[in-house]
This record gives sequence, structure tokens and C-alpha cells, in this order.
Amino acid sequence: MTNELTHAMAKPMSRRSWLAATAGLVLGLTAFTNAKAADDTIKIGILHSLSGTMAISETTLKDVMLMLIDEQNKKGGVLGKKLEAVVVDPASNWPLFAEKARELITKDKVSVVFGCWTSVSRKSVLPVFKELDSILFYPVQYEGEESERNVFYTGAAPNQQAIPAVDYLMKEEKVKRWVLAGTDYVYPRTTNKILEAYLKSKGVAQDDIMINYTPFGHSDWQTIVADIKKFGSTGKKTAVVSTINGDANVPFYKELGNQGIKATDIPVVAFSVGEEELAGLDTKPLVGHLAAWNYFESIKTPANTAFIKEWHAFTKKPNRTTNDPMEAHYVGFNMWVKAVEKAKSFDPDKVIDALPGIKQANLTGGVSEMLPNHHITKPVFIGEIQADGQFNVVSPDDPKKAKLVPGDAWSDYLPGSKDLEADWVKLKCGNYNTVTKKCGGQSS
Amino acid sequence: MRRLHVFRTLLALALISAVAVPAFAGPFEDAVAQFSEGSFADSEEAVGKLAVTANPMAFTIISALQDGRLYADSDAKKVYLKSTDGKVTDAVTGAAVGDLPDSASKLRLNNKLRRAVDAALGSLTLLSPDAAKRVQAAQAVFKSRDVAALPIIDGALKKETNPAAKKAFAEARAAILLFSPDAAESDKLDAIATIRAKGDQEALALLSGLPGNQPASVTRVAASAVTSIQNNLALWSAVQNAWYGLSLGSVLLLAAIGLAITFGVMGVINMAHGEMVMIGAYVTFVVQDVIRTRYPGLFDYSLLFAVPLAFVIAGTIGVLIERTIIRFLYGRPLETLLATWGLSLVLQQAVRTIFGPNNREVGNPSWMSGAFEIGQISITNNRLWILCFTLAVFAILLAMLRYTSLGLEMRAVTQNRRMAASMGIATSRVDALTFGLGSGIAGIAGVALSQIDNVSPNLGQSYIIDSFMVVVFGGVGNLWGTLVGAFTLGIANKFLEPVAGAVLGKIAILVLIILFIQKRPRGLFALKGRAVEA
Repeated sequence: MTNELTHAMAKPMSRRSWLAATAGLVLGLTAFTNAKAADDTIKIGILHSLSGTMAISETTLKDVMLMLIDEQNKKGGVLGKKLEAVVVDPASNWPLFAEKARELITKDKVSVVFGCWTSVSRKSVLPVFKELDSILFYPVQYEGEESERNVFYTGAAPNQQAIPAVDYLMKEEKVKRWVLAGTDYVYPRTTNKILEAYLKSKGVAQDDIMINYTPFGHSDWQTIVADIKKFGSTGKKTAVVSTINGDANVPFYKELGNQGIKATDIPVVAFSVGEEELAGLDTKPLVGHLAAWNYFESIKTPANTAFIKEWHAFTKKPNRTTNDPMEAHYVGFNMWVKAVEKAKSFDPDKVIDALPGIKQANLTGGVSEMLPNHHITKPVFIGEIQADGQFNVVSPDDPKKAKLVPGDAWSDYLPGSKDLEADWVKLKCGNYNTVTKKCGGQSS
Repeated sequence: MRRLHVFRTLLALALISAVAVPAFAGPFEDAVAQFSEGSFADSEEAVGKLAVTANPMAFTIISALQDGRLYADSDAKKVYLKSTDGKVTDAVTGAAVGDLPDSASKLRLNNKLRRAVDAALGSLTLLSPDAAKRVQAAQAVFKSRDVAALPIIDGALKKETNPAAKKAFAEARAAILLFSPDAAESDKLDAIATIRAKGDQEALALLSGLPGNQPASVTRVAASAVTSIQNNLALWSAVQNAWYGLSLGSVLLLAAIGLAITFGVMGVINMAHGEMVMIGAYVTFVVQDVIRTRYPGLFDYSLLFAVPLAFVIAGTIGVLIERTIIRFLYGRPLETLLATWGLSLVLQQAVRTIFGPNNREVGNPSWMSGAFEIGQISITNNRLWILCFTLAVFAILLAMLRYTSLGLEMRAVTQNRRMAASMGIATSRVDALTFGLGSGIAGIAGVALSQIDNVSPNLGQSYIIDSFMVVVFGGVGNLWGTLVGAFTLGIANKFLEPVAGAVLGKIAILVLIILFIQKRPRGLFALKGRAVEA
């Protein structure tokens, strides 16, 4: 391919040869990725957006995957074979996710794919993974209500993030009034539905719950913050549970600071704000606002310190932050390696069967386990924003002794899902109905 | 006599072995030592105990805790105080310690503890010589309603001469009395009157949170105070919505002015307009970055440097775009739309490659941060400045079009290109300059928007639709239309938002505009005369 390219370049450029050159270039690039693959390497697909709106969050995950693969190769690879990353860019475009996933599995013949961030991108690639029977590791906290044979969810389910956060506010801050604020899409809507049901089950009145949705990238928060202030002025302790996504958080927090809402008056607990999001922000007015995650960069364990050190060395940026989905990839990748070693095969079917029960130490001192429902056990931490843009863990008291919470695919607080159970080991079903004793009719 | 003797011996002992504290523990030492337990509950208890010891060090230690300068070593049961200039002392004895031992870790705070610290500092600074500090302290007491502070407040109130502090003290006193179970009924009624006069959301929160076991008269008066405050606040909230509307309108206007030139005056559907705004924002980031590293003293003036630079850079890029792409596409709106849209993607990805996909931090200069209150609404400085800035940009642009020869030529070319050409105006040069002007103004808008929005490669995308909406609604080709259009949309949006929510509000506005355009296809201020046909 490269020959053809130089050949075309040597002649004076006519329109036709331009076309040929472009085509040659495109083919050449594809050939280049293919050419590297010798028989003794195993390919791993990385399906994260490197351009478009989601690039802000997903680029980091691509980098961490490259680091993990690099590290594994230094240890001698897996089953004596070197690993090779195949990076594609679905460009924050949901249908393109499905296309790129298909390309990874059929053309590049990857053994496993690590990828996706938004729920809609995951939903878009699901049929592809089912059809072509491959494996997807999904590293981001999500709304639950799903369990698929081909997908392993290493991020938090609502019972591993949202519910413990609300419990913390009830217990420690004695919150009586709740603002559920979110961006208008599936994750916040489902999470808020679960939280609303949960709060009501705890005896919170409808009048004490305010639900607010805003469009993606909302930037004028004046009215909403004023509303929150008003809602919080009834004398009952008020808190905001925020599922506001990505970029919109920065102007939201700026407005909170501007209008003088302090964490000691109305604390905000966020599920999508991590170290990365805070990096573009002056955090001094935000000190004390909370976030619930399963990992914080500030938790001091030998494993975490080593991970951060390696991350800085790999990216050559000594102050690049680490965050929760990165740790999820760390755990997920190592679980995959262990499962492959256990199955002694890279065959997706065998690896899928080997994965449940695999244990892997996480970065915060616990040992996470892959459960039969394809979710993992995770510790839950509540952190407070500090002036330096890091989080200070306020719950549990000793982060290293945090209890691990098993991920629940189907929420116990939603009428439609509380009878469902996912078990891919015994029941071989992602939505088994415990009342009708039937597998719910979706894929099996 | 004997007791005195013992005391002396003890004192001597303490002086000799200042370190051996536990053997000789007063309430102050006990309280400080409790910090070394390290748990939030212990720290909170320690703060409470410290606040009542009346030890002069109590204030220093609690404020050190607040600022994260208090360290504890739970194994050695030691607490260390790091002063603002970095000197480390033993918090209990005050003895200097050379270096902070490795085993000591910074005491952490959570919100509960932070509230306790605020309350304690409040009661400790009630008698501060600085009036502003007294006001702050009284406000802290108003929130904590700490009964122990009542005698101090009573005393302070008698001596107080500063009217602001006096008011704050009276309010704090009222809050304490209202919530103390054994205050007299008449005191409580007076307290309600004081709080009613305060009249803000804090007062409302206080009155509506009143515990139930009150005398009937108190409950009644409180209820009527609540209603009166609520009515008052409802009135203010209308004023506030109007202000928010103006502020949103100014942002819309700022984003749309540039487009009003390229699209409104020239008729180019410029989808890359938002990216010019983004480039302006990134110019601000680069300027601030340079200033931060080289001339930190100039930080407050960073925007003054950024504005002309953003204008020149975005303007130059605009001229380049016009010369290389748009001039071949005049009169072909669909091709222009696609080409500029493609261009916008190219610019976005270019910025993403150069600066990375993450948000860049652009700081607010000190004169743009913070807020002030008028009546019951708070006005944030950055929004106010943006409003003024927008109006200034608008006025300068109008003056330019009206009074300069370039403005004259621009108007001539847009009104009748062929006649302008026959009069000797180099129309293609004017086209390039007009497009450059529009882009340059978009760049300036980026400088202002960097103060309230994310500086990310996607910045422009969020404004492009709104900008087109404003220009079309206001009437293509008319700057005044853009002004009125922007403020109308801003205010309408802000009055709809509390009722319909942000998502529905936006949809409603779009529907209203569609209906409006059906009725008046040329927008609010339609151009009349021959220019329309041109």
C-alpha cells in the first residue's frame, strides 16, 4: 500500500491521482493497523470517543487502557501472547459506536472490547456484541436495569453510588428536603426515579422532593440555583442530589458559588463530578460539596500510589488526575486477564463463563469480585471537594476498610424491576422474574 | 494557702516539662488533645469544648482547623498547629516543633464539623474590634442559634454603635430567643418582629422551621410574618426574573452580534460562527496563562489584553475564511451552510488537538467575582459586567457602521452591490472586511463568555442555534432587531423557566418563534424598501 502511495505522489497531481492518493492513504492507514498484527498477538479493542463532546471524558479512558495493556505486555502478556490495542474513534456519535464495534470484532478480530461512556452508546453497541458474541467491559456508573451476557459492568449500579450517597446525607447531614437535579437523558431520569421511590420508602413527602431537568450543556443556571435556594429556605435541611452531566457542571457550580450557597447550608452531592471535571474549575467556593464514587485519587493505598505514579509516567504529565472510571477499567482489565488465564483461552464464550467469581484487588484496599449478574462488588465512598481540586473521603471513616457492596442490576425500588434477577451462572438469564419464575423474554 | 502552694508547684512542673500534658489537664488541654482522636465526632466535640474555655488560643486553633492548618498524630496523641507562615507548634503547649512529624496528618473536616467551626468562631469573634467581623460573627450565631452566646450578644448590643453590626446582633439575638424553649412570650413576639423586618429567605427559613410547642400567639404572629415575607419575596422574585432575563439576553446578544453582521448583513449562513466565539475564549485562556506565569500582578487586567487580541485573531481567521472559502460560495446558501459546518468541525478538532479535550480554567478577575444585593435579589458582578460590555460593544458597532467610511462602504455594498461597485468601492475587499468584523466581534464575545461558561472545544456549538434564533427573530439585516430580539428571548425564557422547567421552557420558546415567523417572516424589524430585493 505504501508503494502505491509514493508512486502516486511522484507524478504531477491530477485530480484522479489526488483521488488515488487519498484512497491509498486511507487504505494504507488501515493496512498499517492490520500489518502490526502478527499471529502471536491478541488484540484488544478500545472503543472510546476521541473527538466530539464526550472526548473530554473518554480520551482519558483510552489512555489508561493503553497503559494497562503496555504494563501487561511488560509482564509477558497473557498466556504467552502479547496484547495489542486497537483504538478506534466513534466520535461521540451513537450510531458510529455500533459501526466501530462491528469493525473491531469482525475486521480486527479483537478478543475483548473496553469502551463506551454514555448509556446511549452502550445501548447502541449491545445488539452488535450479542450478534457477534464478543465481550464488552463498560466502566462507567450507570442507571442499572440491564444485564447482558456479553457485557460486564465494572462501573457502579445505582445501589453502589446513588443510594449510599442519599443514606449518607440522611444520616450525617439530617437532610429532610431533596432536590434531584439532572441532565435530561436516560441515566439521570432512571436514577432519579429510583431515588424518588427510595426516598418515599423512607417517609419523605412528595412536597419535600423537587425534581429538575436541564438540557445537555445548560449554561444559564441563575433561575435554577435561585429556585434551589428558595426550596431550601423552609427551615428543613435541604440537599441537592445532582446527576448533572459533564460540562454543564462547571457553570452550575460557578453559579452556586456566585449566589453564595455554601456546602454547609445546602450541600450538593454529585454522581458525575470527578477529579477530571474539577480540573477546569476554581474549587475554593465549592469546598464541602460532595461526590459519591467508588474510587478517589486521594485515597492512600500502596496500590493506588503505584497506579498514580505509573499513570504520570505513562502520560508524561505529572499532575494528570485519575478518576473512578479509570479504576473500573483497571479492575475490569485485570479480571479479564485472570479469566483468560483461568479459561486458558481467548475464546469469548469461555471467557464469559470464566469471569463470574473472578476476584481482583481494587485500588482502594478491597477485593472486588465479578458477580453472576456481570456487575462487580465495589466500595462506596463519599468525598468532599477540597480547595486543591481533590476529594477528601468523609465516609466511611477509614476508606481502606470500606465494605464492598454487590452491584444490583435490577433496582429493588422500582415496581417493574424489583422482582427481576440477573444470574448468568445458574439461571443463564439477565432478567429472571422471581414471581413468574420465567426468564423475562429478553435475550438469554 | 496550701492550695496555692500546690498550684505553684504544678505551674512550675508544667513550665519545666511543657510536653507532659496529660498529667496536668485543664479543659483547654483536654479539648485540644481530643483532636488527636481524628474522627469527625471527636473533632466536633473538641471544637464545642474549646469555644467555651475562654482561652485566647481557642480562636487560633479553631481557625487553623478551618484553614486546614491543624495536624494530629493519633498514635502519639499530639496535635500540631501550623501558623500561616509555616511555623509548627504543639497546639496544647504552644512549644515550637521543628518539623511536622511524618505520622501527623491534616485534620479533616466535613460539613457538620464545618458548621460547628463556623458557630464556634462566630461566638468567639462577637467582640472583635473589626465591625465587619462582628457582623459576620453575628450572622454565624444567627445560623447556629447557640444559647451560650446570648449573654455576650446582650452585652455587645448595649455597646454597639455600628448600625450594621447592631442590626446583625439584634437579629442573632432574636433567632436565639425564638428557638429557646424558656424565653418569655413577649420576647418571642419581639423576636418575630425583628426577623420579619429582616425579610429575606433566611428569615423565612427560620420562621417556617419554628418548632411546634409555641404559645398560640407566637404561632399566629409567626404565620402572619411568614405570609408577609413570602408575598414580599414573590414580588422580588419577579424583579429577579427580569434581571436574569436581561442577563441571559445580554449573553444571547453578545453571541449573536457577530452573526448579525455575517448572516444578517452579508447573508452568509455561517455555521462556524460559534467556533469564532470559542477561539476568542481560548485566546483569553492563553492570555491568562501567559500572565499567570510571567506577570502575575497583571491578572486583573487579563481581559483588557484579551479583548483586542481576540478581536484581531478571530477577525484574521474570519478574513482568511472569507478569502479562501466563502467568496466562492456567495449566492449558494446550501453549499455555504455545509462548507461552514465542515469548517466548524475542523476548527473544533484543531483546538481539541492543540489544547486537549478537557475544559481549560479561565479565572475571573477580582472585579468580576462575587455578588452584591439590592433588596432581596443578589446580582452577580460577572453578569453585570457582561451586560455593560455587551451594550458597549453594540454601541461601538453601531457607531462604526454609522460614522466610519468602512461602515458606509459596508452599508453601500449590502444595500446595492452593483451600484456600490460602480461608485468605485472594492466590494470584494469590503466583503472580506465585513466578514472579518463579524468574526472579530464573535471573538470578543468569546472573551466575555469564557467568564461564565466552559472553555472547551464545544463552547461554540451551544451558542450557534441561539444566535441564529436571535438574528432571525429580530429581523435579518437589522442590528436593533438583534438587540430587541435577544432581550425579548432572554426575558421570555427566564419567565417561562420557573413555570415550565428549563427543557420545556426552551421548547416553548422555539414553538413561539416558529409561530411568530409564520406571522412575520422577516422578523421583528423587517427591512423595507429596495434593500429587501437586493
